[in-house]
Amino acid sequence: MSVQTQADGRTVAPRGDRPAGGARPHGRARRSPGARRDNLTGLGLVLPTAIIVIAVIIVPILWNVVLAFENSTYLTVRLNGIFNTPTLDNFVGVFTDPSFWSSLLTTVIYSVAGTAGSILVGLVAALAFRAPFRGRGILRSLMLLPYVAPVVAVTFVWQIMLNPQFGIVDALGKDLFGWQSPANLLAKEPYALMTVIAFEIWRYFPFAFIFITARITALPRDIEEAATVDGATPTQSFRYIVFPQLLPVIALLSLLRLIMNFNKFDDVYLLTGGGAGTDVAAVRVFNTLVGNSDIGGAAANALVLSAILGVSLLVYMKFFGRRVTES
Amino acid sequence: MSVSRIVVEKRVFGVARWVVIAVLVIVTVFPFYYMIELSFVPIQELLLHPDRLWVPIQDFTISTYQTVLKSSDDGGEGFGQFMANSGVVAISTALITLVIAVPGAYAITRLKFFASRQISGLFLAVYMFPVIIIAIPLFVGFSVIGLSDSLVGLVIVYIAQTIPVSVHMLRSYMRSIPESIEEAAMVDGASRLRILRSLIVPLSMPTILSTGLYVFMIAWNEFLFALLFLTADRNLWTVSLGLSQLANGIEVPKTILMAGSVLLTVPIVVLYGIAERWLTEGLTSGADKG
Repeated sequence: MSVQTQADGRTVAPRGDRPAGGARPHGRARRSPGARRDNLTGLGLVLPTAIIVIAVIIVPILWNVVLAFENSTYLTVRLNGIFNTPTLDNFVGVFTDPSFWSSLLTTVIYSVAGTAGSILVGLVAALAFRAPFRGRGILRSLMLLPYVAPVVAVTFVWQIMLNPQFGIVDALGKDLFGWQSPANLLAKEPYALMTVIAFEIWRYFPFAFIFITARITALPRDIEEAATVDGATPTQSFRYIVFPQLLPVIALLSLLRLIMNFNKFDDVYLLTGGGAGTDVAAVRVFNTLVGNSDIGGAAANALVLSAILGVSLLVYMKFFGRRVTES
Repeated sequence: MSVSRIVVEKRVFGVARWVVIAVLVIVTVFPFYYMIELSFVPIQELLLHPDRLWVPIQDFTISTYQTVLKSSDDGGEGFGQFMANSGVVAISTALITLVIAVPGAYAITRLKFFASRQISGLFLAVYMFPVIIIAIPLFVGFSVIGLSDSLVGLVIVYIAQTIPVSVHMLRSYMRSIPESIEEAAMVDGASRLRILRSLIVPLSMPTILSTGLYVFMIAWNEFLFALLFLTADRNLWTVSLGLSQLANGIEVPKTILMAGSVLLTVPIVVLYGIAERWLTEGLTSGADKG
């Protein structure tokens, strides 16, 4: 994300980092007729993109806010259009429901553990694949399979692997370790949440792996070589030379993964449907919308989540912002 | 002392490295192996031998694939239809997204019109919002205007969802095209549109193709909106939706569905195999600069 922000700075104000640089093209645009024509062309070229993003993303987000303050059903929306009688009931409903708070806690545990786990495994993988060996390219590509494969297919395979009657996990558990009863890892608390987190790590460590690998490949070798000559051990040179240079990309990854995991729906819904203590926020919103047909409740719930995410991001940027934007 | 520590560490990491690589490869690849394996056995064999890790030749069958592909009128599960639906949705999404995003990315890269900064910021903000927050109004709105039970509605949503990342990928490449080429063309009297059509598009072709593939993959894999919009009408199901709906029931034997999940996965793995290098470079572009 910061990569893009920095890139924006570069495209908008190519001749200076100061805010004043951003105003310069503006002034020039007024003066020369060629630049004004460019302005119109540019608007025309970007218009379709802007229209579809506004119509299908921005307007729905705003409408979600409206819906959260109404007691709407499909019928009232069909009859009265966008505006119905305003009410605060939905928010009262959200905040007074104890299951909302437990779902929030589950979401936080899921996001943090999933993020930390996938980045840690991705980092270990990137280090293990650092030195070249025969077949490295092929194995590296294989490592990305969980990330690119369709989520419905991989969750289905995991469900079958963990199936208590004929899944390979239980079968091998019986054969090798003499398990007496089915482990049923997707249906029992607290194993279900742990399994869902394990799935998250399995599916997203490749994402961390490619980002960290891209950074590691670009690291200058000479500092490490000098350190080796001076007698630094491999752990020392990782601790004091490699790791500090990876911190910015790790901070960026943490941010991206935390946002994605906090909003995660597919993986959890497909694995457990939100049962057995895996009722993460987005699954809860979905079940409110589809299961209970409670549009207002779902909208209020989603809005509260976005607000929580937004505030957490602001706090995060306040403390780690410099590190992330440096990356 | 410290010399021996170096020797010990080198030896330990030398071994640990191969252990890590072996474990990671097994853990990532095994579920895919298991998927393929089970797709070729009759369900009775799986129930009899759940701990088998290979298919004995006398049990090997492709009837799972025949059953899963046949339409439900012929006693199959209709995955042929689902694949056609997914294909239509993913190809239209990829084509339309490119037609919209290529000019958009070019404008944001090169032209300094007044709102370019705001528009880029807007794109970033789009990533932050939970998909579920736009899902609620779209679900309600599309069912009111009658777009919710159609593949058209789904394509519209997918275009909106993939445009920001497409613009980002295209833009990070277009930025690397030297402006001097365009200035030369301008001196010769070429308009911006002409430059876009006959200079930028050909020069960006590899990135345009890989962006298209990436969008195709996102649309092919998508689940939430397919679930919200299409559940009621089985004829419109995409492969992802079909597999998830049938997996919930107990009527369809799991090994037949395993054949379905192979059919869902194979196109993605093939495309990924073709475009892997472009895709990883496109996604991580910028990350290697520190």
